[in-house]
Amino acid sequence: MSCCKIVTEKAQQVLGWVDERFPLTSTYKNHLAEYYAPKNFNFWYFFGSLALLVLVIQIVTGIFLVMHYKPDASLNAAGVPVAFASVEYIMRDVAGGKFIRYMHSTGASMFFIVVYLHMFRGLLYGSYRKPRELIWLFGMAIFLCLMAEAFFGYLLPWGQMSFWGAQVIVNLFEAIPVIGPDLSIFIRGDFVVSDATLNRFFAFHVIAIPLVLLGLVTAHLIALHEVGSNNPDGVEIKKYKDANGIPLDGIPFHPYYTVKDIFGVTIFLIVFAIIIFFAPEGGGYFLEFNNFFPADALKTPPHIAPVWYFTPFYSMLRATTSDFLPYLWAFVTLVAGLTAWSVRNVWVRRLCLVLVVGVYWGFFGLTVLGKTKPLFDFAILGIHIGRGFDAKFWGVVMMGGSVLLFALLPWLDRSPVKSIRYKGGLFKTILTLFVVSFVLLGFLGTKAPGYAFFGLIPGGPVAAVSTILYLAFFGLMPWYSRLDKTKPEPERVTSK
Amino acid sequence: MSLLNKLFAAAALVVTMAGLPMGAQANEGPTLDKAPLRFDDASLQQGAKLFVNYCLSCHGASSVRYNTLTQIGLSEQQIKDNLMFAADKTGEQMMVALRRDDARKWFGVAPPDLSVIARARASEAGSGADWLYTYLRQFYRDDSRPTGWNNALFPGVGMPHVLWSLQGEQEARFVTRDDGHGNMVKQLEGLELVKPGSLTKDEYDEQVADLVSFLTWMGEPGQETRRSMGWFVLAVLSVLAVLSYLLKRAYWKDVH
Ligand code: HEC
Ligand code: HEM
Repeated sequence: MSCCKIVTEKAQQVLGWVDERFPLTSTYKNHLAEYYAPKNFNFWYFFGSLALLVLVIQIVTGIFLVMHYKPDASLNAAGVPVAFASVEYIMRDVAGGKFIRYMHSTGASMFFIVVYLHMFRGLLYGSYRKPRELIWLFGMAIFLCLMAEAFFGYLLPWGQMSFWGAQVIVNLFEAIPVIGPDLSIFIRGDFVVSDATLNRFFAFHVIAIPLVLLGLVTAHLIALHEVGSNNPDGVEIKKYKDANGIPLDGIPFHPYYTVKDIFGVTIFLIVFAIIIFFAPEGGGYFLEFNNFFPADALKTPPHIAPVWYFTPFYSMLRATTSDFLPYLWAFVTLVAGLTAWSVRNVWVRRLCLVLVVGVYWGFFGLTVLGKTKPLFDFAILGIHIGRGFDAKFWGVVMMGGSVLLFALLPWLDRSPVKSIRYKGGLFKTILTLFVVSFVLLGFLGTKAPGYAFFGLIPGGPVAAVSTILYLAFFGLMPWYSRLDKTKPEPERVTSK
Repeated sequence: MSLLNKLFAAAALVVTMAGLPMGAQANEGPTLDKAPLRFDDASLQQGAKLFVNYCLSCHGASSVRYNTLTQIGLSEQQIKDNLMFAADKTGEQMMVALRRDDARKWFGVAPPDLSVIARARASEAGSGADWLYTYLRQFYRDDSRPTGWNNALFPGVGMPHVLWSLQGEQEARFVTRDDGHGNMVKQLEGLELVKPGSLTKDEYDEQVADLVSFLTWMGEPGQETRRSMGWFVLAVLSVLAVLSYLLKRAYWKDVH
């Protein structure tokens, strides 16, 4: 007994010594033991902690991969690129290497699954709304970093899809007027994707992006703990506190949510293990079959598809053809018109007009919807005044813009309630359409351009309609979120 | 989950599920024969023998070391005596003796490394093994080709039919058809055995099946071990899941 007492006392002293120099106890209290989270979290709230788990898995497995991987595009004695062969070396000759590699490759896809579900939770419960705008914006920055991380990483195994995928994406930058061609050479470090590209992508994948990602995740969590979590009812638990200032509907994160999240982790790991042990290729979606052919600059594969998590956005790029631009312009005009009509400010109205005219010029130049010859034409700095910009350029703008639209959500949503539980049929219908078009776009992006559903319904028009629906979800939100017939929010959270 | 959430999940699932088989249908690739794979030691050993005797002279399998073959029931001595012609140590990789530049001169292309060919050739049309099984059975005589051989699955292939002494010689039957746009095109209709080899058709198919099984095994040695480990890992994780659920429930007793 007395011996235990001494140990406890000593421990207290050590803790005291640390606390005078570093806020250990107070950090523990602020972020775990006395951080109060709403008690009504449901299924959708597992994905934040799971994203953290996957982040750790990627970093740890990544460290072990780097110990054996060689970013070298030259051919070895057997005529196989060294980088490609080093991945097979990891799979075969490194103890446990096969599982490290499969964990990392599966982890990349799982990261996107988890993050897409995490973001969808935000759409369901209005988590992006005041006061959580910055949590959402940090999340957006994380999402962009994640895409960059995946893009750079996918080049490293130096297979056919690595090579041609990177080639296609970097070539997109060529569509940017004036600086495009030089920019794409600057990114590659060469005229084609080559050893120089492989080496710089390696540097970005293992050092630059992970550092930024970790910083952003920290900022994301600091912002979250500053304002506290939202919940499936979308009401603020901080409105009702007890005498000690503790939210009545809050429970300490530790131990309640730590044990709950551990349960979530075990379920996640079961799914993860099923893929790793029984289907590490994920049916050709997680590890593309074609990527088991070493990169060959002289053999263009018949069909180059990005990995599934990029395909919704890639589909929108492909849908943006010169035939599609008139519809897109009509849509821009609709949103600008609605804005001008509802915002009673002369400067906003003028801006809308400038936007409509400017976009028309950018799309079609001085022609009638791009169908006629320009009235006149001359070039300034390589930009043809009469012709507007190439549809390819607008495709790139569409791909980038469709990702960035998420960042505007906090300011687009005008609903009086946050959670879908109290929103009306209008919002629910539009959200469903959004999800369906997102999935359709993703599916079509994995297919060759001529794909038709059941060999009958051509994919092109489906992608075009889905693109408009996707844009409408964001572009028309200020109006439909106000028109929607909502139910009154409860004062306190409801039990499940 | 509320009813709505379930609806969303169901909608997403239906769309995805519906997509998968449709993909296969719309793909107008060649039809592949299903490879009757066998992963018992005897078949894999037979496949290894065929590979070393008939393929390794042109194709390397540079990611595979000879001693990996101990996993299919061969001893180091057996490997040394029966399978190693181009190497001295069993720890060496299965390299090809042929120089790549020579090969390029003779065949127009250097024969690719076959370490992961069974994984690379998978597609919506079938597994990589199916592709290989079909490929190795569809060579036919074509005097217009420099090697004298062509292949129904890989038209204009640079590889000669190296197993012809086993299969015999096939010839192609062509028909001329309207391609739907008013052009007459020559289409391959079928292959006919014109000169038998040392094996009957069934025996040849069986040998090819062994070879393809070996190539599949070579694509990822130890894939059965991976799967059997999987069951063990799942069992452990399931126990952990139940325990952590009970723990969660115990802690959450007093939350209302
Ligand atoms: C005489 C040399 C030679 C031998 C022996 C040989 N091949 Fe080939 N093989 C080639 C060449 C050359 C190519 C490249 C064909 C092309 O790309 O046009 C090739 C291509 C292939 C391919 C297609 C690779 C791809 O691009 O997907 C496979 C599969 C293959 N060989 C399997 C085998 C197997 C199995 C054996 C043993 C039974 C074998 N080869 C024996 C020369 C050979
Ligand atoms: C590396 C990736 C990410 C990690 C590790 C991560 C981590 C977390 C964690 C641990 C939480 C608290 C638990 C939870 O509410 O589920 C959280 C909340 C949140 N995250 Fe993320 N996140 C990531 C990416 C994103 C992205 C891409 C977005 C959206 C653009 C986003 C938006 C949010 C929002 C809005 C909340 C607050 C949710 C609420 O209170 O209802 N996060 N995140």
